Amino acid sequence: MKPNDVVLQTITTVAAFIIVLFSIQLFFAGHYNPGGGFIGGLLTSGAIVLLLLAFDIKTVSTIFPFDYKIMTAIGLLLSVGTGAGALLFDVPFLTHAYEYFHLPLLGEQSLHTAVIFDTGVYLVVIGITMTIIQTIGESE
Amino acid sequence: MINSIVIVALGIISISMLLLIYRVVKGPSVPDRVVALDALGINLVGVVALISIVFNSFAFLEVILLIGILAFIGTIAFAKFLEKGVIIERDRDA
Repeated sequence: MKPNDVVLQTITTVAAFIIVLFSIQLFFAGHYNPGGGFIGGLLTSGAIVLLLLAFDIKTVSTIFPFDYKIMTAIGLLLSVGTGAGALLFDVPFLTHAYEYFHLPLLGEQSLHTAVIFDTGVYLVVIGITMTIIQTIGESE
Repeated sequence: MINSIVIVALGIISISMLLLIYRVVKGPSVPDRVVALDALGINLVGVVALISIVFNSFAFLEVILLIGILAFIGTIAFAKFLEKGVIIERDRDA
């Protein structure tokens, strides 16, 4: 008999969106409030794990056609790149800079290069978590 | 006034968590333990909310949502393991 997962799959399609939105909120709140790249990435991979539980590896890899090992590499490249970018301006490695900009819709906001470093952390956390879980899940 | 109410509520939740821990330890079947652990997570949400009232701080509000999400995912993983034996399937239709 084919198992019937309608309730789980319907809940998952709604809940995964909310979890991803919450993880993005945690990621951007990291500078002034609790949160940041690590917990944001962990929660995004939690949403992908929820999709993996409700569906299967094949379906999820069609929804997210990423190679998570390459995602980890891109994240490391972003973090090291922000650090190395400071050397171009004759300041020590990993020196960050920020400036206030007037953005459309958002108004006066400060843009900080630490966000790019945090994006690297975010991508590395998602990449490593999903690589571990998918590698364990695929082996029989 | 509000502080004594919060302390009383924390005491009641602690008693309920102790009873749930009794069910986790004693529970004759695995589903009993899973349901008790899920309820324990929800009680933990209440404890964090009351503690953030005591500390008069907004810093723990993310933790509440986080515990809710983690309890949900963990319970689903346990339930799927009990029902199918595998947590993550490779291909549903095969």
